[in-house]
Amino acid sequence: METVWFILVAFMLVCYVVLDGFDIGSGIVHYLIGKNGSERATVIRAIGPIWDGNEVWLIAAGGTLYFAFPALYSSAFSGFYLPLIMVLWLLILRAAGIELRHQLDNEMWHEFWDFVFCLASSLLAIFYGAALGNVIRGVPLDETGYFFEPLFTHWGVTGDTGILDWFTLLCGIVAFVALAVHGANWQALKTEGEINKRSRRIVSKGWYLLVVVTALSLIAVLNVRPVILDNYSAYPVGWLIPIAVFASLIAIKYFNAKGIEKQAFLASTAYLGSMLGGAVFGLYPNVLPALDPNYSLTVHNAKAGNYGMSVGLIWWVFGMMIVIGYFFFLFRTFKGKVTAASHE
Amino acid sequence: MEANTLDRIQFAFTITYHYLFPQLTMGLAPLIVIFKSLAIWKNDERWNEAARFWGKIFGITFLFGVVTGIPMEFQFGTNWAAFSKYAGGVIGQTLAMEGVFAFFLESAFIGLFLFGEKRLGRRLHWVTAFLLFVGTWTSGWFIIATNAWMQHPVGYEIAADGSAHLTSFRALVFNEWAIYQYLHNMGGAFVTGAFAVASLGAFYVLSKKQVEYGKLFLKAGVIAACVGSIWMLFPSGDWKGQLVTKYQPVTLAAMEGLFDTTEGAPLVLIGQPDMEKQRLDNAIHIPKMLSFLSYQHWEARVRGLNEFPKDQHPDNVPLLYYSYHIMVGLGTIFIAIMVAAVFWLWRGWLYSSNWLLWIVMLAFPLPFIANTAGWLTAELGRQPWLVYGLMRTEHGHSPLVSSGNVLFTLIGFFGMYTILSLLYIFLILRRIEHGESELGAAEIKEAY
Repeated sequence: METVWFILVAFMLVCYVVLDGFDIGSGIVHYLIGKNGSERATVIRAIGPIWDGNEVWLIAAGGTLYFAFPALYSSAFSGFYLPLIMVLWLLILRAAGIELRHQLDNEMWHEFWDFVFCLASSLLAIFYGAALGNVIRGVPLDETGYFFEPLFTHWGVTGDTGILDWFTLLCGIVAFVALAVHGANWQALKTEGEINKRSRRIVSKGWYLLVVVTALSLIAVLNVRPVILDNYSAYPVGWLIPIAVFASLIAIKYFNAKGIEKQAFLASTAYLGSMLGGAVFGLYPNVLPALDPNYSLTVHNAKAGNYGMSVGLIWWVFGMMIVIGYFFFLFRTFKGKVTAASHE
Repeated sequence: MEANTLDRIQFAFTITYHYLFPQLTMGLAPLIVIFKSLAIWKNDERWNEAARFWGKIFGITFLFGVVTGIPMEFQFGTNWAAFSKYAGGVIGQTLAMEGVFAFFLESAFIGLFLFGEKRLGRRLHWVTAFLLFVGTWTSGWFIIATNAWMQHPVGYEIAADGSAHLTSFRALVFNEWAIYQYLHNMGGAFVTGAFAVASLGAFYVLSKKQVEYGKLFLKAGVIAACVGSIWMLFPSGDWKGQLVTKYQPVTLAAMEGLFDTTEGAPLVLIGQPDMEKQRLDNAIHIPKMLSFLSYQHWEARVRGLNEFPKDQHPDNVPLLYYSYHIMVGLGTIFIAIMVAAVFWLWRGWLYSSNWLLWIVMLAFPLPFIANTAGWLTAELGRQPWLVYGLMRTEHGHSPLVSSGNVLFTLIGFFGMYTILSLLYIFLILRRIEHGESELGAAEIKEAY
């Protein structure tokens, strides 16, 4: 049962990263593809009606994590205290950037919120990447099941670690680049004209960077946490995941060059999904590895009661079917390209 | 200050601030459905205009509710880790269900409601408004069920590792406490929405800028506010009071400022609790009324604070006492204002009675205060417990998060929310000003 919930929570988090990822990515490339106020308005309109629904995946995944693995929720959230509260502030700023911009027809107002949107999105990407980096590296859990990390200490991956070190920062950069490409793919799909051209060019150029940082991060992971390969040797089917990462990278480049925007977007979706899937596969049964492996939180010692997990499965499956219905309906209603003409 | 105290201040501050927004959206949502229904039923486009106007205010308020709401879920883990480890397996259920069943619904339909009117047509647009109402009120249910478990824990057992495990899903979701708290709370939200509509109507009539819609808002607002205000006192307030009497008798004593056990206890209207001398100063009261309200019997014995061990007393009796009295006092005033307004409306005097319009206009902040005071009563009344009778508040905070770190984020929240407040007020004032020219212009916004 705990393994089922491990997979379901991971599924929800992947949904969050893939969906809100293109909102965040749009924020990162905001200035690169929108060269003036009205173009930037178009960039925002391409995520306008759906970003909020995408963000709900974070809240729903958080709630699900909370009831399925309460010990993990309390340990991780209190241990990552400062960065998580900062993520909250950034989410507030990001939402304000998207939603308040169009409230006023004033250039200075637009300029201000454009900047807020771009900055908050960029930092969010780095924070999320660094958070995942912390989970992969392991945290200084002790026998009480808690830990606390300052934002940074000596930038090393052992001993008295901080949230940010060379490794987690690298993970942050990977997230930043990956979401930028993902966001640009979304913008290419949803826009036409100059913005579309620029978006595609960013995917095309950003791709090289993405390949480099992906390779670097894989090498780094093997150095920082070599045991991540244990599951791969135990279940060789797992090797399909790095193959999927590789294939999706190729696909991004291929479909981008061909100008098939939808497939290119699906390819970056597959990239994000397989990168996260690879981490999740390697972590199991750990949910929060400790630097001292004796204190690691696993699906077994962090789970809630069996009755709660069983009854949760019933409403979760029922609820998710409805949710998928909403998203199908929402994406269909707002499908097609947003045009500059329909503005104002 | 200790970390625990700062954790409490931060949670109290962020939740109080957050709830200013949902109470307005939950209050406006059913009113917007009523407006949309009237538009179809009476074939009167003016009600659609009203729905559009309040829909925009709903939209802005909804956004502020969302962004200040996410910190609430996070803080269970960041600041209250020990509590979460203990209770997460139980209350995590309702929190997760809120996300899955309410937030997705709201987020999917808010965009369609705000920007899809032309695309969807009349009836489908009504459906989006209705689903938004369902979403906001479902969200209210799950969060109150979560709180109800902390007030009156049911359907759990304590497992070998010391944490609470769920044993009955039905008991958790249909907790007796949740049912009455919900009925009372949603009434309170409805009052906030109705007062806002009536108040703006009064402003438009008094300022003679948009008299036609002002009258429309007034009519809908005062009738709704009158119904809602009466509901808050009876039956929902009465039910809630009996629940507290039954399950939290020490809280009842503190709320009422009753130090000594009394037969035929009076209901205190005003007075100051003196904790040092253990008495109520300058009390003005109605004899025997408290006994009657609590036990339906004039001579009933009501237990005073001193009958309970000191370590079970709520830790801030005067603040609890004042919160409760402010809530009840304002609630009484609401009934007086709105019964008068409805009577004046019925006689056809309301629109020309400037003195009454001024009162209705200036009253809009009062329901926010009353709802806040009501929640302060509930939460201070739960003290010293985090989970009533099971876990004390002092044992619930994150053990390794230092006070310095909490103070840092508390100051950050102060700053962030100050900016949000300014933005909100600025945007709402602008909407009100725009309403003067937009209302009746039949302009439908289709995109950002």
